[in-house]
Amino acid sequence: MILDVGIAFGRVMFVMMFVLNLGGLLTWVERKQSAIMQDRIGANRASILGFRAMGLFHPLADAIKMLTKEDFMPAHADRFLFQLAPFVSVFFALVAFASIPFGDTLSIAGREVQLQAVTLNVGILYVFAMLSLGVYGVMMAGWSSANNFALLGGQRAAALMISAEIAIGASIMGVVMVYGSLNLQEIVRGQGQPLLPGILGDWIPAWGIVTQLPAFFLFLTAGIAATKRIPFDMPEGESEIIGYFVEYSGMKFGMFAMADFLETVVIAGMTTALFLGGWQVPYLMADGFHFPWGAGVTLPHLLVVVLQIGSFVVKVCVMIFVMMLIRWTLPRFRYDQAMRLGWLGLFPLSILNIVVTGAALLLIGRPS
Amino acid sequence: MRFGQRFYLIEAVQGVLLTSGHFFRNMGKHLAHALGRRDARGAVTIQYPEERRPYSPRLRSLHRLVRREDGSPRCVACMMCETVCPAHCIYIVATEHPNPEIEKMPERFDIDLGKCVFCGYCVEACPEDAIRMDTGILEFSSYSRRGMIYTKEILLSLEPVGPDGRPASPVPIPANRTV
Repeated sequence: MILDVGIAFGRVMFVMMFVLNLGGLLTWVERKQSAIMQDRIGANRASILGFRAMGLFHPLADAIKMLTKEDFMPAHADRFLFQLAPFVSVFFALVAFASIPFGDTLSIAGREVQLQAVTLNVGILYVFAMLSLGVYGVMMAGWSSANNFALLGGQRAAALMISAEIAIGASIMGVVMVYGSLNLQEIVRGQGQPLLPGILGDWIPAWGIVTQLPAFFLFLTAGIAATKRIPFDMPEGESEIIGYFVEYSGMKFGMFAMADFLETVVIAGMTTALFLGGWQVPYLMADGFHFPWGAGVTLPHLLVVVLQIGSFVVKVCVMIFVMMLIRWTLPRFRYDQAMRLGWLGLFPLSILNIVVTGAALLLIGRPS
Repeated sequence: MRFGQRFYLIEAVQGVLLTSGHFFRNMGKHLAHALGRRDARGAVTIQYPEERRPYSPRLRSLHRLVRREDGSPRCVACMMCETVCPAHCIYIVATEHPNPEIEKMPERFDIDLGKCVFCGYCVEACPEDAIRMDTGILEFSSYSRRGMIYTKEILLSLEPVGPDGRPASPVPIPANRTV
């Protein structure tokens, strides 16, 4: 009993710590990566006892600054909703990661432990439900601030979120059709199969990016839109237009910024689970490597699990790197451009992808 | 727009390739620097207080008053600089020079750097080559307007810029800097 509780606690804590720490670290990653992309050095002045540690203390300094600043509330704001909004934003961004698997089953103390925080048969739907609920925090913030600009920002956020979520939902339908499950763990297991066993298919694992390449680009575009970051940051528009959290200050402001980073981690995790094979390492089965040219290496169970978790973490980090790269490369879309991209670009293309995938499944069959 | 540009994905990928090219090239240089190649620099940034660009020899920096061999100012209080100054930032009070061959000398020579526009007209106007702007000192600041007034004693104590292009004398601090 105690062991079961401990295992459940460990699963949840791993995901929680992974997402929270990665989200906090992303402020540093964003500063440093953008600096290196632009031939700069980036923030490196915060020091503890003379140690600068490549600017790693800046997130700490930011947190201290945010916590000690004045917590301002407008006179006519809706007090309850105004306080609640940042917590709603962060909460749903945090819990969205729960059903993303970070490893295969772990056999420990006679138990089979599924390496994901929550084992859900409708894992994909859960993640999207949580991601969509996140927009409530944003709309609450815009509404309760008693500021017309914040209200407009919240409405832009809602419009953007709807157009992005529909494209996300439609683009992953192809993946669901190929692997025949809504359970993210099952989808990731399906991606370990060889693609079309035969002449060349043995060499390529059936990752989602191979079987569903158009869906990968559609999902990534819509996912970046769902994180509300540049190039889709018209809800916030930090440099020109005023966003939904214009009236927020201190750590509540920081929580909205944090929610964006957490959503980036969640979208990176989703992309990894759906398209990059999740925790799969190429040719790594439950008992070791089985290479297509016949060779094999037998590995102990624990090492396999550690390799799988490491593979998942590396893939998530690579996806975050790519998303940061896009964020620091492209300028912001205008509001109407983003709407047109969502409704007239991503959505019809996703539907087309579903039709083509269905036809291909009829003609070729599932990867076995 | 061409069709490829309207489609945007190709342009976006090209942009990402450009920026990631910068990223990986700079990252390699940072790595080489960390591994001991001190000449490899991944950024064009100059880390200002520790590193400085060499100043141009023509740079107009903080003024100084040139001294005679006995240490008294070369200035003869002719008021040329005060007259020509477009910002009216020089205040001179003249007095008798003990040497009868030199008619006058400044009793007070204040420059209000809060008003100075660093045009260099005072240097050009001076018939005695008594004021120059070659100290190389740029970092003077104050919490008050009065602290920006540099007196004759401060201006006389300054040295010309050193052979390395760095200021030879420390940044002077007026007595009433924090008033």
